[in-house]
Amino acid sequence: MYQVTSDGIDKTRRMILQGAAVIALASIAGIRFGLTEAFAAANDKYPEDAFKQKSSDDAIKSLYGKTATASDKVKLDAPEIAENGAVVPITVSSSLPDVTSISIMVTENPFSLAASYKIPAGTVPSVASRLKMAKTSNVIAVVEAGGKLYSASKEVKVTVGGCGG
Amino acid sequence: MMRSVLGSALGLVIAALTFGAVHTAVAADTTNPEADAKAFRKFFTDKFPKVKFDDFVNGPYSMDEGLYQQWKEKEEFPPYEFALDMGKELFAKPFKNGKTFADCFPNKGIGIRQNYPYFDEKQGKVVTLELAINQCLESNGEKPYSYTKDEMAAVTAYMAFTSRGKPFDIKIPNDPRALAAYENGKKYFYTRRGQLNFSCASCHVQSPGERIRAEVLAPAIGILNAMPIYRSEWGGMGTISRRFTSCNSQVRGVPLNPQDDEYRDVEYYLSYVSNGLPISGPGARP
Amino acid sequence: MASSIRVRATAGAETTEVQALIQHPMDSGFVKDAKGQLIPPHFIQEVVFEHDGKQVFVADWGPAVSKDPYLKFAFKGGKKGDDLKISWTDNKGGSDQLTAKIQ
Repeated sequence: MYQVTSDGIDKTRRMILQGAAVIALASIAGIRFGLTEAFAAANDKYPEDAFKQKSSDDAIKSLYGKTATASDKVKLDAPEIAENGAVVPITVSSSLPDVTSISIMVTENPFSLAASYKIPAGTVPSVASRLKMAKTSNVIAVVEAGGKLYSASKEVKVTVGGCGG
Repeated sequence: MMRSVLGSALGLVIAALTFGAVHTAVAADTTNPEADAKAFRKFFTDKFPKVKFDDFVNGPYSMDEGLYQQWKEKEEFPPYEFALDMGKELFAKPFKNGKTFADCFPNKGIGIRQNYPYFDEKQGKVVTLELAINQCLESNGEKPYSYTKDEMAAVTAYMAFTSRGKPFDIKIPNDPRALAAYENGKKYFYTRRGQLNFSCASCHVQSPGERIRAEVLAPAIGILNAMPIYRSEWGGMGTISRRFTSCNSQVRGVPLNPQDDEYRDVEYYLSYVSNGLPISGPGARP
Repeated sequence: MASSIRVRATAGAETTEVQALIQHPMDSGFVKDAKGQLIPPHFIQEVVFEHDGKQVFVADWGPAVSKDPYLKFAFKGGKKGDDLKISWTDNKGGSDQLTAKIQ
């Protein structure tokens, strides 16, 4: 299904998306059941645009088309001081019902969005991964649950930057 | 002129700071490795009464709770995993003559890391695991590995892995050359060098647990038990050879060539005074 | 050829816990090489985990994910011996996949 060795499928996906973009944005929360093929493709697409945004607000807008409110039901585990900005372990989990997506932003990175995870029904809303941080920054975890956006943030101090050189 | 004045002024300050600390770790004039090892161990256990002895092999992670947590998370799926797999493969892969690494080592090379380096009386010098690996390759008509990373890190990672938990068991045979090598390694360890005028001991005996710039310094005792290591700073694996050369560069000195006499001797010294601490390699470090 | 993907998937009472490590440089495009030239961005964009013909996890990544990336998540169901398929694609069209058995 994902033998994307040429541009072929990517292009197709992108074209499908362009057609479906408006509808997808409007109804992404409500289409968990009875997906059409076009929606399935749209939902699958790599969010190229969101990864190009410098600010986290713009990245969130591009990804979800709405804004997030802070919630203590979003749990963000990150170190106070990163041992090395190249490898910062970050875990996001949530006790909210119907989580469909988890995204992580590093506000001071050149591009804010670091990772975005789709959480299909039946998958536990918790993910651990390791991210690069250019310097001391806020890390924002955004959780989409029941069509709404929730967030938590934490400052991580970086003494050895993860963008090399 | 200016530089030498500055240099010696800095030297004096550091000397004043270190004198007490370093002095306790160095034994008397006559070489008595056993007494050295005892004093070395006592120095660290006195300085860090809360650190469990075996934890010294975890370097900076034994010194700082925040780092320790990050390390725990990394160890869930450690970044040296790929090197370990590669090492296992290389270790088993026959040379062109059909032999393998197993033919070069006691116990087929499994569970023997804790016995290296040893003093080889035939060669009249200290043989480290890295040197033994390249001697094995060359005696079988293979090209030796580069000492600092890649294959060498992979094979030593695998050999350390099969020896995890086994305490360092370095022996100094009754041979004046062995004692001289030990003494030479000890001298290298406590000698200041580089523009910063640091000895190995300035950082790793005097200041473990302190930050130098952003990094938390590891204690000298057990520092080799975790080798080879995946360092986030390197973005990859490095051997003991790499560790020594990069340490020399960090004090702005000119590194020696990997496996030069001084490096093999300092490895002999450091491993000997860490006797009793378990092999934990391969390791992950910031 | 050794796979670029390492997976540990363990079935528990209710959920299967998955940990994966992928060998990939994850070049951000902001780092210079020894000659001072920028190393062009080269990073995994998408990782898909499938169990029983169904996606159980999809990761979309930018260049800020660490070298040799790591992931841990869990999904409901899955039992010992089941297949778990993992596939990734990067921004240069590279890809790899692996089917692992749940332990």
